[in-house]
Amino acid sequence: MNKKDKISDSKADIIYPIFGFIGFFLVISFLVTLIIDILIDGYEKLVDPSFYVSYPSRFPDKAGILSGWVGTMLVMAGAIFWSLLIGIPAGIYLEEYATKRGIIGKIEHIIELNINNLAAVPAIIYGLLALGIFVYRFKLGESILTAGLTLAILMLPVIVVNTREAIRRIPRDIREGAYAVGATKWDTVRDHILPYSLGGILTGLIIAASRAIGETAPLVTIGALTFIAFLPPSPFVSEFPFLSPEKAWELFMSPFTVLPIQIFNWVSRPQAAFQINAAAAGFVLLILTVLMNALAYYFRQKVRRKYIW
Amino acid sequence: MVMVNTIIDSIKSLFLGATDRSMEEIKAKTKDNFKREGDVKLEVKELNFYYGEFKALKNINLKIPTKKITALIGPSGCGKTTLLRCFNRMHDLYPGSKYEGSIIFHPDGINIASPHIDLLDLRRRVGMVFQRPNPFPKSIFENVAYGLRVNGVRDKKLIKERVEWALQSAALWDEVKDRLDANAYSLSGGQQQRLCIARAIAIEPDIVLFDEPTSALDPISTSKIEELIMTLKEKLTIIIVTHNMQQAARVSDYTGFMYLGELIEFDKTQKIFTIPSQKLTEDYITGRFG
Repeated sequence: MNKKDKISDSKADIIYPIFGFIGFFLVISFLVTLIIDILIDGYEKLVDPSFYVSYPSRFPDKAGILSGWVGTMLVMAGAIFWSLLIGIPAGIYLEEYATKRGIIGKIEHIIELNINNLAAVPAIIYGLLALGIFVYRFKLGESILTAGLTLAILMLPVIVVNTREAIRRIPRDIREGAYAVGATKWDTVRDHILPYSLGGILTGLIIAASRAIGETAPLVTIGALTFIAFLPPSPFVSEFPFLSPEKAWELFMSPFTVLPIQIFNWVSRPQAAFQINAAAAGFVLLILTVLMNALAYYFRQKVRRKYIW
Repeated sequence: MVMVNTIIDSIKSLFLGATDRSMEEIKAKTKDNFKREGDVKLEVKELNFYYGEFKALKNINLKIPTKKITALIGPSGCGKTTLLRCFNRMHDLYPGSKYEGSIIFHPDGINIASPHIDLLDLRRRVGMVFQRPNPFPKSIFENVAYGLRVNGVRDKKLIKERVEWALQSAALWDEVKDRLDANAYSLSGGQQQRLCIARAIAIEPDIVLFDEPTSALDPISTSKIEELIMTLKEKLTIIIVTHNMQQAARVSDYTGFMYLGELIEFDKTQKIFTIPSQKLTEDYITGRFG
């Protein structure tokens, strides 16, 4: 008997893969069951084109998800924008600029430790926070803007933590190489730290956005509607410069609904036909999530291939 | 057969003779200049350096000559790299470093160890090549151009000229001229290190610091880098830290031996390696410890 056979004959090597496979199979089967189940339940609606272009209705056969998916896309675009706009600079600050000494350093250290805790705060708490700040204090209303900001603060901790980890993975040598030719801190951040850490930041974005896209509770808290029979106005106009600021502001301030709320609303209705709608909308939400992740994954691979060491 | 040998010998003598002669010439030309004050590039006076509470350098006094290669040798942990990194204030990137004493940069007479100097200007004038090749994950061209760009050079033609000059000076131009847009990480380790040298000299510094530049390289790349360093001293003052005593003996004109944060002995390389005045230096060089 040769050596190779001896290795695979070890008891642990027989038992472990069996347990491992069972675990793996369970995880996959949950996912597959879920997808197949909602696909079968919602099939008749999914193949109906009018489902995607109709507004909600009292009649299940006329009800559609137009305002839901448009709302989800707009709110997520806002959430991604705001969370990156605030999260990346915050992460860079903590890694590159924070003093780590004196009283300010102590405060920064406490904040640093608690960023991880923030990620574990239940989403509805963020909803209450947003209701207090954005809706009542800043009077932004129950709008797309408020919803984007709410989901952004939900996503922030994950973005910040991932930004910092990505920055920490950049070798010290490269940073020193930049400083050694006379680069300022800002030069180094702009030309090296930020581009090289983009891959890790996008990973954080995938995780955070996947969680945020399915959130219902915080949006219900800030007053998302469940029945919307119109779309927000388009900010594009026919004459130059093709983008009207007033219309854009109107868009940001318009009321909205999102797919998870739509699903929740349909599920809670007694008619069986609405259950079909709910399943179909759930499948659409799933597809949206997958598409969004695929896009982020594509960009991440693109930057990763560029920056390897 | 005889003819072939003669030809080979004459070719050999052509190459070796030429290099030997030019080396001799350079050495002869600058032999006694060091005695004059004007040819001291860096004057280290009573330098103490602390990492937090730990005193890493103790009362260093040293004169680095202009356009010569000065080697710093010593066992690991003796402070040679710490001293080198004082010259471009690399320590300032990390909290808890403290300088006492002075490092005078001639001919301007500015004190490098002073907290008030312009670090960007200092680092432009004192380049550095690191232990492991550390090119940026950008194109070969961008790597060399980066120093120029951050120092405010915007003229595209000038940047192009300087990059070509730097790559030629680093003996890399012929190997990379057809693929300047390729990622620097597609180069071999030795080529990467020469690229880092090109990056350091592109901004025409007065001094280049080498921190064990060949410790991560194979013998062939090492000898290429050593040759390069020897040609560079015509233009620049070079300080090299090495744990390889043969390397110090091969390339340097002056050698400092450090031990436990102190500069034990500093003299001409030849003297250090033949008749060191300190017992400790002799023990280290003969391999009794370290």
